[in-house]
Order: sequence, then structure tokens, then C-alpha cells
Amino acid sequence: MLALQMHNAKPLSMPVTAGGAIPDAAGGAIIRTAGLTKQYGDGRGVLAVDHLDLEVRRGEIFGLLGPNGAGKTTTIGMLTTRVKPSGGAAYLGSIDIARHPAMAKRYIGVVTQQNTLDRSLSVSENLYYHGLYFGMSAHAAHQRTAELLDLFLLKDRAQSEVDQLSGGMAQRLMIARALVHDPLVLFLDEPTSGIDPQTRLALWDIIRELNQRGHTILLTTHYMEEAEQLCDRIAIMDHGKILANDTAENLKRSIDAETIIELRVEGDVAPTIAAVRASAGVRSVEQTDGMLRIFTGEDSGIVANIVAAATSAGAQIRDLSVKPPTLENVFIQLTGRELRE
Amino acid sequence: MTALELAPPAEIQQFGRGQYTGMMARTFLALMVRDVMVLRKTAFAFILRTAMQPFLLVFVFGYVLPKIGQGPQRFADVLLPGLIGTAIIFQGIQAVALPLVQEFGYTKEIEDRVLAPLPVWGVALEKITVGALQAVLAALVVFPFVYLIPAKRPDITFDWINLIIILLLACFVSGSLGLAIGTAFSPRQVPLIFSVIVIPVTFLGCVYYPWDNLHTIPWLKVAVLINPLVYVSEGLRGSLTPQYGHMNWIAVYAGILVALVSFTYLGLRGFEKRVVA
Repeated sequence: MLALQMHNAKPLSMPVTAGGAIPDAAGGAIIRTAGLTKQYGDGRGVLAVDHLDLEVRRGEIFGLLGPNGAGKTTTIGMLTTRVKPSGGAAYLGSIDIARHPAMAKRYIGVVTQQNTLDRSLSVSENLYYHGLYFGMSAHAAHQRTAELLDLFLLKDRAQSEVDQLSGGMAQRLMIARALVHDPLVLFLDEPTSGIDPQTRLALWDIIRELNQRGHTILLTTHYMEEAEQLCDRIAIMDHGKILANDTAENLKRSIDAETIIELRVEGDVAPTIAAVRASAGVRSVEQTDGMLRIFTGEDSGIVANIVAAATSAGAQIRDLSVKPPTLENVFIQLTGRELRE
Repeated sequence: MTALELAPPAEIQQFGRGQYTGMMARTFLALMVRDVMVLRKTAFAFILRTAMQPFLLVFVFGYVLPKIGQGPQRFADVLLPGLIGTAIIFQGIQAVALPLVQEFGYTKEIEDRVLAPLPVWGVALEKITVGALQAVLAALVVFPFVYLIPAKRPDITFDWINLIIILLLACFVSGSLGLAIGTAFSPRQVPLIFSVIVIPVTFLGCVYYPWDNLHTIPWLKVAVLINPLVYVSEGLRGSLTPQYGHMNWIAVYAGILVALVSFTYLGLRGFEKRVVA
């Protein structure tokens, strides 16, 4: 009777494949969204995320780059079961995240922007109980806790109250906690926001190392250099939409220039723009309040040409810099404004 | 970081329904274990906050006043079930509502538990259960005080079956009331919880007088029926001091069940609203 029942028991209609692992596990997409949309309020509210199609591949560090309010956190919210989509779908492997949130939670690790450490528990207890929540035995959870305390250099603080940790330590503990149950995907929402530069570098090392160990990481950031330094692929987001999605190299290549010369001039810029535009090697010129961005090919000799052209047009040059294209340029080109506010 | 080896990330697995339910149960239990451990750490504070008010009430009204010849001699008999009921109902607010208000409002600590592999309603149900557990403990803590302190030992009998059922139901009413309140108020409104809920519910909860005695103030006798503590006090009165009269058992059970169902509904809905945008 019991055997018959077992036989008839329908497996849940979520992660269903014969061998246990999902078929697209190796190197394929681990997160997919199709038309994923979130509108807060009833129909008339803010469209925070607008028909997002996204694919995060196994083993990569994927970055959502955009200004505050672009919809990055809402996107992460939907992928981590905390925000209910108002349209579209999001999958973690074969799990429909909105329909089976409890199942999806089993396979994700989440580090939010805010410190959400359990203040009633010590540093090591934060890790240990997290392990228990995810079904680990007491022994396994203890072992895992010891491992992670070691790995994240928190062993000396194991018995501390979490209130006593510095910002960097708290952030390390949050990441360690998100890793206790070996998540398939680690979500980091603005992992280095409000953290001092030295700690930021240390966190970057941790993120890289986790990725080398096989963790897929999805992070959001409004720091260009963070996206550029860490991410295999970057989606540039603004007003709830993805404007471009590629490697940093390819994104920068989308700008038609090898070199960008930034020129700050005083007075009427119109004649200067005209003169510079006519110089040899200049492909295009952009202007944002008193700053000219001149997109050029190879830079040999071109700076002198531009300075000569600008001076002959009567411009007073106050500042000049020569740079390769950055993600900031990509962002400006896509949105018409600067990323930094 | 050191060169320690971390296991590679997990793979998505297929689970049968039984296995899946088992995993959920484990997570639920783990959340309980965490809460019980935290409670153990703060056991002294728990006893203090639970016992202080009933201790003072029973000391003043059950010991001091009879000794100095003021007030009714057997007032402690009336107080005993009422104070146990109060301790149970307010444990839910102390143990569930106040921490939740802080966690939702400032600390966001609840986040890690919300992300545990359990449906959100499961996390909420755990809160109710742990509130109920603390309410049982509160009743056990308060009993010796209200029994031993009065000048005249209260005259109690034990109707065990009703007592146990009422206690259990009342404790879950308490946990679910705590959840409903905890998800409905912001940290700035905490003083309001006391002035608008705790104080009126206690004073009009048939703690200091049996419900039946209100027949001389008929409108009040009807009005207090909205108060869940009335049913709990009367239920405990019926199972501990029936000689003073008590509300009809059917009404007692109906009142407690209605409270339980409505607070659980409001609590689960409120929790879901607070944690899922």
C-alpha cells in the first residue's frame, strides 16, 4: 500500500528531469527572464522594470549597471522571490521563480544592500543557523561555519556580536552567510556601496575568487569601474530597461572611437565645436555643459591638431584629457546623460 | 582569503512530494530552534517582563489590600484566571509583535529567515508557533505567583480537559494576534499599540471581574464581546474557578476560535504584504 502510494505520488512540477541535474546546467543559462515586468501600485504606479529579457550564464559574473532608480534592485528582488512580478517570467534553471519561490530560494544566496545580519545571534551563529534553515545537519552546519569563518577571515570574531563588526566585516559575513548552503547563483546588490576603497578592493578579490570556484554571480552596481573590473558581461540599465548587454570590451567597442579627448573650454563653444569637427581624425563631438568630448581614431598627433583648431576658433582651453573609451561614455551615448549624479 | 576548499555550488535536484514536505518541515523546525535559542539567551528578561505586572497586581490586590482590610477578601480567586489569560495574550505582543515591528521597520533582520527555503506563509506560521510557545511558558511562569502570593490561597479546581484545550487555543490566539499587530504597525506607532490595544483589552477583558457580573451594565456586557481576552479569561475561569460563574462553554470556544481564525488570517496576509513587494 505504502509502495503503491509512493509510486503514484506525483513529483512536483518544478525541477523535473531524470538525472537530477537540469539539462542546461553546463555552461548554459542559469537565469532567464522573458518580458519580466514590475509595476508598483495598481496599473498607474511606477514601471520599475519594463519587459526585461535577460540571460545569466552559468559560471559568469554578470553585472547590472545603472544609476539609482534604474530598476536594478527591483530586478534582483524579482529574481530572489522578494518582489512579485506584474508580468513576464523568470526562471532559475527550470524553476519558475514566481510560481515556486520556496524551491528557488533553496538555490540562491542573497546579499542585500542593507545589513540584514541577525543581531540576536553571534557571528558564527549567523552562519550556523543559516545552514540549519537550509536543511543541513548540526554537524555539517558547524563544519561549514568553521570553513567560512576561516575563508572570510572572521575566525577571531566568531563569538562577537554582529553589532560590533566594522562595515567591511559585516559585508564579508553577509557574503559568507549567503554561501553557507552552496547556492547556484549568488546575488550581490550594490556589494561595495558605501564601503571604503581599501575594503572595496578586498571585496572585489573575494568576488573574483568565488567566481573562480564556480559560483555564478549576479551583481548590481552604479560604479563603472566595479562593473568593468569584475563582470564578464554587463547589462546597462536605465528606467527599467536594458539598453545594452555585452562584455565591457564589446560595449566600449560600440563607441566609434579609439580615443576620447575631453576638452573644457570657456566662452562660446559653438565655433570651437565646428572647428574641432573639421579637424582630421575627428569622428564626432559631443557636448555636455562646457565639456567637449571628441571621439577620434588613433591619437598620434591628433591632440595637437585639436588644440590648434580650438585655439584658432578663439577658445580658451581650461583642461584637456586623453582617454580610451569607458563605460561612462557608453552610458552617455545610450542615455544622453552621465551615470554619476 | 586562504586556500581552503569550498564545495562546488549545488545542483538543482528533483524532489518527490514527500521529500519536499520533509525539507519544509526541517526548515520550519530550524527557525523554531533559532527562536528558542534566542529565548534561552534572554530567559531572565523573559521572566521579568512576563511576571512583573501580574506579580504586582496579585501582590497589591491579593495580599496587601486584604491584609490592611481594604477590598474584597477573595479577589485573588477572580484575578487568578484573568491574570493567566492576560499573560498569555500579551506574550504574543511582547514576543512576536514588538520584535517584528523593529525588524520590519529598522533592522531588516527578518530578511535571512524570509529567504529560508520555505513559503512566506510558512515563515509567518513559525512566528505564530513560537509566539504560542512563549505564551505557554508565560502561563507557567505566572501561575506560581498568582497562586502562592495571595493572603488567602485561591480556591481552585482543575477541569484538565477544558484547561488544556483553552490554554493551547489561547496561546495560538496570542501568537497570531502578535503577528497581526506586528505586521500592521510601524516602529513610531509602538506607544499606540499600548494605549489603543494593550490597556483597553486588559481593563475590559474580564480579568478583574467575571463576565456574568456585568449584567448590571448590559451595554458593556455586550460591548466587551469584541475583546478576545474575555473568552480566554472566561474559559480559564470555567476550568479553574467555576464557582464564580463563567460564560457558556460554547460561547467561550466560539469566541476563541473566531479570534484565532481572524488573527491568523490577518497575520499571514500582513506578513506576506510586508515581505513581498
